[in-house]
Formats: sequence, C-alpha cells, structure tokens
Amino acid sequence: MSAATPSGAPRRERGLAYRVWARLAIPLTVTILSALVGAVIILVSELLVTGEPFEWGLALTAYGALLQGALGSPDAIVSTLVNTAPLLFGGLAVAFAFRAGLFNIGVQGQFLLGALGAVLVGVWVADWPPILAIPIATLAAILAGAAWGFIPGFLKAASGAHEVVSTIMLNYIAVALLAALVSGPLKVPGSPSPVTFDVGNAAWPVILGRNGHIGIVLAPLAAVFVWWLLRRTTWGFQVRAVGANPDAARYAGMRTKAITVATMTFSGALGGLAGACVLLGVTHTMTSSFGTTVGFDSIAVALLAASEPLLVIPAALLFGGMRAGAGLMQIKAGIPVELVDVLQAVILLFLVARPVLRRLLRLNTVPDEPATPRATTMVPEVPV
Amino acid sequence: MEATGTSLAPALEMRGITKRYPGVVANDGIDLKVRPGEIHALLGENGAGKTTLMNVLYGLATPDEGEILLDGTPVRIAGPSDAIARGINMVHQHFMLVPVLTVAENILLGEETMANPVFLDRKEAHGRIVELGRRFGFDIDPEAKVGSLSVGWQQRVEILKALYRNARILVLDEPTAVLTPQETDEIFVVLRRLAAEGHSIVFISHKLYEVLEIADRITVIRRGRIVGERRPEETNEDDLAELMVGREVQLTVDRGTSHPGAPMLRVSGLAASDDRGHPMVKGVDLEVRVGEILGIAGVAGNGQDEFVEAIVGMRRPTAGRVTLDGVDVTGRSPRGMNEAGVSYVPADRHRFGLILSFPISDNLVLTSYYRRPYARGILREHDAINRDAASAIERFDIRTPSPNVDAGTLSGGNQQKAVVAREFDRDLKLLVLDQPTRGLDVGSIEFIHRQVIAKRDAGTAVLLVSAELDEVLELSDRIGVMYEGQIVAVIDGPTADKNTVGLLMATGGAEREPAATAIGGTAE
Repeated sequence: MSAATPSGAPRRERGLAYRVWARLAIPLTVTILSALVGAVIILVSELLVTGEPFEWGLALTAYGALLQGALGSPDAIVSTLVNTAPLLFGGLAVAFAFRAGLFNIGVQGQFLLGALGAVLVGVWVADWPPILAIPIATLAAILAGAAWGFIPGFLKAASGAHEVVSTIMLNYIAVALLAALVSGPLKVPGSPSPVTFDVGNAAWPVILGRNGHIGIVLAPLAAVFVWWLLRRTTWGFQVRAVGANPDAARYAGMRTKAITVATMTFSGALGGLAGACVLLGVTHTMTSSFGTTVGFDSIAVALLAASEPLLVIPAALLFGGMRAGAGLMQIKAGIPVELVDVLQAVILLFLVARPVLRRLLRLNTVPDEPATPRATTMVPEVPV
Repeated sequence: MEATGTSLAPALEMRGITKRYPGVVANDGIDLKVRPGEIHALLGENGAGKTTLMNVLYGLATPDEGEILLDGTPVRIAGPSDAIARGINMVHQHFMLVPVLTVAENILLGEETMANPVFLDRKEAHGRIVELGRRFGFDIDPEAKVGSLSVGWQQRVEILKALYRNARILVLDEPTAVLTPQETDEIFVVLRRLAAEGHSIVFISHKLYEVLEIADRITVIRRGRIVGERRPEETNEDDLAELMVGREVQLTVDRGTSHPGAPMLRVSGLAASDDRGHPMVKGVDLEVRVGEILGIAGVAGNGQDEFVEAIVGMRRPTAGRVTLDGVDVTGRSPRGMNEAGVSYVPADRHRFGLILSFPISDNLVLTSYYRRPYARGILREHDAINRDAASAIERFDIRTPSPNVDAGTLSGGNQQKAVVAREFDRDLKLLVLDQPTRGLDVGSIEFIHRQVIAKRDAGTAVLLVSAELDEVLELSDRIGVMYEGQIVAVIDGPTADKNTVGLLMATGGAEREPAATAIGGTAE
C-alpha cells in the first residue's frame, strides 16, 4: 500500500537484524520444513516396506548417520567439500544468470562440455609439467562451458529465443556429443568399455586429506569473485540493472543485448569450471556415462541461496554434505541414498512456494532480490 | 444546487473511519457526510488517504475503526459486489472496460444473469441504455465497440454502467485526468443532471479550479485526516491549496520572460512507429531554441511518446532528421544522446526512469555510473556515488531516510525528484520532459516546475510533453499541438487561450465534427 504512505514520510530503513533475517528466513525455513517432510517419508516407507517392528526413532537415526557421514570425521568433511565444490561453481553459474533475469537451465550441458574440454585437452597435455598442464586443461573447460553458454545468449539477443528452451535443447546435445566422442575418437583403443585416457599431470592437485583437490578452495574464491563482480564493478551493475528492469537499463544507455550474451557466456564459463572440478579433480577420466546431476542440482542450490553469491556457499555445502553422507545413511539406517534426491526435490517444491512462505513469515520485501519469481515457477523436468 | 443542507438524512455517512497499514495511518478518524443530490468533492494530494477511504466504502478494505451509514442505517460492506448491490458505484481512473466488446456488452458485463437466467435480453438492455443516456444528455450507440470510442465517451460508458446498476452513490476517482477541457465541461453537465435527479456524487480530485466549479461541498484530506470542509462560494484556490498542502503554496510558478536564442533542436520530417509497427508520428517539423520551453499539448496517444522517444534515441525514427546544435544526431543511441548533452525524463518513471529495487544512490547514477567520478575503469567508486547522492538528496529535497533505501519505497513525488535530480543536475543542451509531474502532489509539482524554469533561464532548450493542458499552458513559451502524429499548430505560450488549444487537441483544427456529438471522435 505505498499509495497510502503520506508523501514525505517514506518507510524507515529497516535495521540490520531485520535485513539479515529477511535474507536467511526463507532458506532456513525451507531446509527445516524439508527435513521434516523427509522424516515423514522415512517413517511412511518404513511402515509400508519393512516387516520389522516399527521404530519411531528411525528418522533420527537416518539423519544422524547423514550428519555423521558428512561431518563425522576428517575424511567425511573432505568428502563433503569435494562434493560441494562443483555444486558451488554450478550454483554460481545459475545465480549469476538469474541476476541478469536469465534462467540458465543449461548448466548441466555447460558442465558436461567443461568436462569434455578438460579431458580433451587434459589427455593431450597429460605429460606436460603440471604447472602448464593444469591451467591449460582448466582453461579448456572454461572456454568449452563459455561457448555452450554463449550459444543460448546469442540466440536470445539475436532472435528472442527463450533461454530456457534453448539451454534445455543444448543439454541433450551435450549428452549426445559426449557419448559420441567418448565411445568414438576419445576411447582408449582396445579397451572393453568406452573410457578415455587419464589426464595425468593435468589433474588438479590434492591439498587436503585423501582426495581434497584445489577445487575446494577455488570454488569459494569464485563465490567471492562473483559477489565482487556484481557489487563492485560497473559491469556487475549493468547485469543487475538488466535483470531488475531491462527497460530502465536501456533508457540508461546500457546495451542490454550485449549484456545478455556476456552474462550467459560468463555463466557458462562457471558451469564449465564445475565440469573441470569433477573431471580434473575427481574422475581424471571420462566414461560415456559420465555426468552426475551437478548441473540440475545447481539450480536448486541457486534458488535456495536466492541467487546471492555468498549464500550459494552454505547452500552448496548443504547439498554437498547430503551427497557425502548419503552412503553412511544407507549403511546405518537402511535408508536408500535416493532419499537425498527426494530431499532436494522437496526443497525445490518449498522454494517454488516462496510467496506463500513469505506471507507466513511476514516478510514484506527482501532487499535486492532479483526479479525471478516467474522463473522459479517453471523449474523444468530433469531429463534422465 | 442549493437544495441541500436540509434535515434529510445523508445518503452516505462515514463516521470515524480509521484504517492503519503497517507504519502508516492511512485514514485517521474520518467523518464524511454526503447528502442526496449533492456533488461532494474529496480533495487531497496523492497519498493523502482519499483512495483508502473510497476502498473502505467500496468494501475493498476493512476499516480498523468507524462505521458506514447509508440513509442513516449502519451497514457492513463486504466487498465490491455488496457495495454495488447497495447502490454504491465507482468509476475508476483507469477504466475497467473491455475494448473489443460493445457499449452494451460492457454495461451488461457481470449483470447478465439479472434479467433472464439463460439468454441476454439485448433488446430490452439496449433500450434502457439509450434511454438512460438521453436522460442525462447524451446519445450513445449501444452497438459501438468501446475500443473505438474516445476517452471522454469511454468515461460516459463507465457512468452508464453504474447507472444501469441503479447506483445512487457514484464515486468518481480523478475523472478529468484524461479529458480535454471540452470533454471536462461535457462530463460536468452530465454530473449536474445526475445530482439534480437525486444521485449523490463523490468527486475525487486534486485540481482546485475543477472542484470549485463542480462541487456543492468540498472536504479536504491531508495525511489521513480531514483538515477542512468548505462550500465553493466561501473559499478560493489559494485557501484550498493551503489546506491541502498544509502550508502556503504558489500555485503558478512565476515563469518570467524567456530570452530565446539560436535553435538548439531541429526536427524535420520526423516519423516513427509504435512497437507494433503502426505509424504514430507522421512527419513532424519543429524547432526548440536555447532558453525557451516548447510545450507539446495533445490528448494522450496522439504520438507524443513515440515522438519524444525518437528524439532521445529510445526509438528508431522511420524517416526524418534530428539535429542538435547543428549536428545530425538522428538514430543515436540513448547513451550517445546523453553524452551529447540531452537529458530525458520519461513519462513512466517506474518502467524507464528508475530501478525500484535499487537504492536511491544507484538510481541517481543510472545514466552516469560508468563515468568518472562514479567509476574508475570497471570499479565503481562508492564514495563518490554516496557523496553526490547525499548532496543531491539535500538540494532536490528528496525525502528519504538514507541514500541506501530502495527507490520503490519512496512516494511518487520523491521518486520523481530523484529522476529530476539525476537528469537536471549537469550542463545540458536539451532537456526533454515527458509528463514530468504526472500523479504528483502539489508541493512536488511546484518544485519541479521551478527547476524547469531555472534550467530554461540557464540557457537550456526545453521540450515539454504533457497530457495535462494546464501544465503546458503554465510553463510553455511556445505551444505545439499534436494531433494524430502531426503538429497541427504552434502558438505563442503566454497568450494562448485554453479553449482554443483544447479544441485543437480534440479536432486537429480541421473542419471536423466536434467530438461531442453522436459517437464522438474515434481514437484509432
């Protein structure tokens, strides 16, 4: 009811505590609610499936194991971090595009292309000294992802093709391209299954524990970089302006189409880094079935973080931790690892209901939240 | 109209209405009495609480305190349909009509089931519509498509809609905002007839002279409270303005004399189309000189927006040339025009002028964020941005708790002051203003008008477009009248006659039927 505000007496500036609450209330509430729904699912499945005596504490046991598997030992923590890193890159890719009002569903494709670029060049430079091989292979991943982001950005600027449609189609192309290359030209000759050579010296060095590669440091640094870019540079200002009000951006003399292309390209580069993170950091080779769901999980991560780059860090940690702890949960509580997918889906569902939650929590305005509610209502199906 | 003031129970009485919103008391113990057959004006600035009060009456808002009496009986109004059933009808500022339907279909919309449970009785309905129109002084064709009617006639359709539903109390929200002076006179005739037949009319406005002309009684609201009640014969514009604003205001700025110099902007043969490709500007030749204000008068939708956008680089002209200070700038980008010394205050500040979710400080540098001192390379210089924001906020009297609150939280007047601060506060060759004071309060209008005059006197060429004829008459040194995409006349500003300009706006000056007869001017 701004019309009811007497002129000359605008609403007072809210305190810091309120502003922090306004940003964190939704993610926290959504996470807690999802955990509760997960507990109900655990109990119901126990009731339906097992013949054993019903045990109320099973949900607690399961969550306990999940937590222990994620944080219970140094190894568990490293595993959480390693699972978090690609989600963080991917989440940043989605969040950054959101800020320009673009819904980049194509992170999965950019992720796959990034991994493909990394293995393609990584195998080629596998015998070079690491100081050269690592940056070259990583750069290849960045460029491949950026190219895969540039295409939908260009199509949108040139013809108005909606990025949601074009990025989804590019996801399928990426999957097919990867399968074709890995079972064809990139396949190790004579190998029974389609697998590429190892990237050798191009692999990211391990800096923590058994498999904690440098990605666990690079990813948070990337979050700070994206935050800096959006907040402190004229370039980020333009991106946010185009996202918040494209008409006003055009009025202000910004080249909105060029910004759309640049934003999608940069977003794609971050997606490509997520691919490098998995390929150069963890698998070191590529099979034709390569491809976790990192790209799709990234969308949930960005939504949970309300596209705020620094909030992407805890959101990615939550999802990474669940992935890391799922194994122990299955062993100790007999709950299949797929529960983690269920939890993620429930989180997404609650996030889609954000306007309802906001009213329940009596949040009037969330400062500087990008204008993407219409995008959050059309979270796409995940192709299997 | 002096038959009022008897012992008759008021047709409508609102007692002690209080409505609070978080942080704001929109209505604070408002008492309002409207007698049968009375035209009661509700006068107040934007945000004073007029709309809230009427929303309470219409059942759109529930008051925290107070009661509503109709003919002396307390009632609870549950919602708009309840209000309509009780004979209260509202004509909104933005008409609630379906353009592709006919007059009759629009009037029957929502009422279809009343006469016959299955079929529309068109014949009967048409007859009633024509008869109602005649009774109040106009002939209307029930078969005409609403989209083909002029704005003045659309308003009559709205009023007919209310009458068809047996409205006894008619609320008109800023009914003249979109009308030409002639249309306003015509609608006043209709309103007087309605009152003479015993209808009560609540007339919401912020135009003082209109209220003095039409109302039997005037209630002034400021900051949610009633600050005075007057009869037109015992008051004048200055008195009402002071009540409304709370301090003495100068209603017309002293524009002084202009000292025009050499031509700054020269437009020749300019043509432009709207977003759907319809030609809207059809060959305009015009000159704006240094140190003069050229006002463009015209009924909204005659190509003014496209004309302005074609000049400032927001729209590509389809033909013609634009030269600035002798340099051809046709088809330059918005930034190119900005850097050439052209500032532009757009008509729609929410869509173009501001980013509402950005703080004031960012909005103040929206067109200069990439330049020194606000940026060094790609780095934004927050110190410079905040320092200049604080200074602009003070000099342009933008009421905000801090430069860091979002523009969307400010009142319209303060939002527009921010746009004005950004666009005026630099050396300019040409200042283009499209509806610079639309929807603002008297105080802000006064402030902005002064700034415009000051800019002119500093040697800037000013192009002013406004659908408010009063504003054009008040500020312009010369007036161009735009009609169907062409400038049909350019006349001297200070000596211009309101009715002459109004007639040119409505007819283009050609030998045409005046818009008032039959199914008036078609507005394509």
